[in-house]
Amino acid sequence: MNILEILSYGFIQRALLAGTLIAVLCSVLGVFLVLRRLSLIGDGLAHVTFGSTAIALAFKLYSAASLLVSLPVVLLASLGILKLTEKARLSGDAAIGIVSAVGISAGIMLASVGGGYNVDLLSYLFGNILSITYEEVLIAAGLFCVVMLLLGLFFNDLLAITFNEGLARVSGVRTNLINAVLVMLTALSVVLAMKLVGIMLISSLLILPAVSALQLARSFKACIALAALQGCCSVVAGIFVSFLTNLPTSATIVMLNLLFFGASCGLRRLLGAKSSS
Amino acid sequence: MPVEIVATEGLGCSYREGCVLEDISFTVTAGDYVGIVGPNGSGKSTLVQALLGLVPVSSGAARLFGSRCDGFNQWGRVGYLPQSLHLLNPVFPATVAEVVGLGLLSLKSFPRRFTRHDRNTVDALLEELGIYDIRTKLIGELSGGQQQRVLLARAMVNEPELLILDEPTAALDPETRQRFYQMIADINRTRGVTVLLVTHDTGVIGQHASKMLYLDKRMLFYGSFEDFCHSPEMSSLFGEHSQHLMCHRH
Repeated sequence: MNILEILSYGFIQRALLAGTLIAVLCSVLGVFLVLRRLSLIGDGLAHVTFGSTAIALAFKLYSAASLLVSLPVVLLASLGILKLTEKARLSGDAAIGIVSAVGISAGIMLASVGGGYNVDLLSYLFGNILSITYEEVLIAAGLFCVVMLLLGLFFNDLLAITFNEGLARVSGVRTNLINAVLVMLTALSVVLAMKLVGIMLISSLLILPAVSALQLARSFKACIALAALQGCCSVVAGIFVSFLTNLPTSATIVMLNLLFFGASCGLRRLLGAKSSS
Repeated sequence: MPVEIVATEGLGCSYREGCVLEDISFTVTAGDYVGIVGPNGSGKSTLVQALLGLVPVSSGAARLFGSRCDGFNQWGRVGYLPQSLHLLNPVFPATVAEVVGLGLLSLKSFPRRFTRHDRNTVDALLEELGIYDIRTKLIGELSGGQQQRVLLARAMVNEPELLILDEPTAALDPETRQRFYQMIADINRTRGVTVLLVTHDTGVIGQHASKMLYLDKRMLFYGSFEDFCHSPEMSSLFGEHSQHLMCHRH
């Protein structure tokens, strides 16, 4: 089967379109999160998404309709993480751990009350981008535009707080607001990425492109661009490879990201050795 | 009449472990170069952080340019170089030019975008501080002295009227340290920038600063270096021999 034949399938087209948009979002946000040592926030929010999806399914809201519940719940949870770190004097990882555990517990309880796990809920654990619907692609495109617009508007503020929060405050950056913007953008992206890689693997989409880009980037903007490029490549290649080999798409995307990370580390060593010789 | 830049009245700061600063009252006027000195844990960094609103004030009041510090928003008039250089992430992927450019954010309103003019401003300052050649290098790849210069450039790029430097020479060797102090003195003299500089080098800062503020949780001295050297209170605090050494290193 050649590439054109594969591309002729509607589900492949939808997966490629939504997948690349989500990959760009996660990769770009991942750079800020990794540098701010909030790498695991994606994991925590994914667990909350699991809980919120269980609520949605209990109300018979499936696929795109489940976002009506997930989006507000995960946005609130992201602000909850922020408030816990500010008010309860917790470190970021502890706050993420609390919200994460509460999210997954709520999901398990609701699933149990609702008559046990069903196929829909389990599909959120490991993701299934090939089953993405036309409505979900439209929602992904809409949210992609919103997140990218906000990222563009707040880019320099985000860079400033990522570099040093104290310095950013003395430069007039409203750090509380920008922190809230960052976690809420992450929440939006995590909800979108659920269908792509699922709860178990969502962190990889936020972390791996970012840490690979950090190996090679020679400026902050280059780092963002490299991370986005890797995110896109891993999703596109992952969809084709999984289609041809009949492997699970989400796991294939993660493994390809790991491969890119290894290659980036190798390339960095090679370039380092060259410049020092 | 001299213009008031910084003023505190009975300023106090407390953390959970107790009082860090108590009853600090002083005024800094335009063009002053104030060296803030004192032993470890004396509250020097807390004092400048309180002035910048980075730590809460538990008693008294502080003003910057006549505005209370807790509501201060004229950040374009202030440049700040923090103490915690070691907290900089060594893998942070920003270039020198990108880091210095962030200092211009205080002059921008939403959305804070940089222009070609901003890039030229950054380049001109890097040239002036002798670090233009490293403008495309990553901040984490620089030596301590170079990083210090870059962060000084970041603090100065908005052409502030007040420069607050918190132990800027801690990571520098004695020769680079001396050059750094000289550079700050030149900035103070030629640009008329008011400087508050926190340091351990009581003797060295005395060569450059117009005023000394000696802290040990309370303000023990505030005045000229000459007065510091002849102060009986300082003499009894340090002992005559130590005071002589501090005052005659130059």
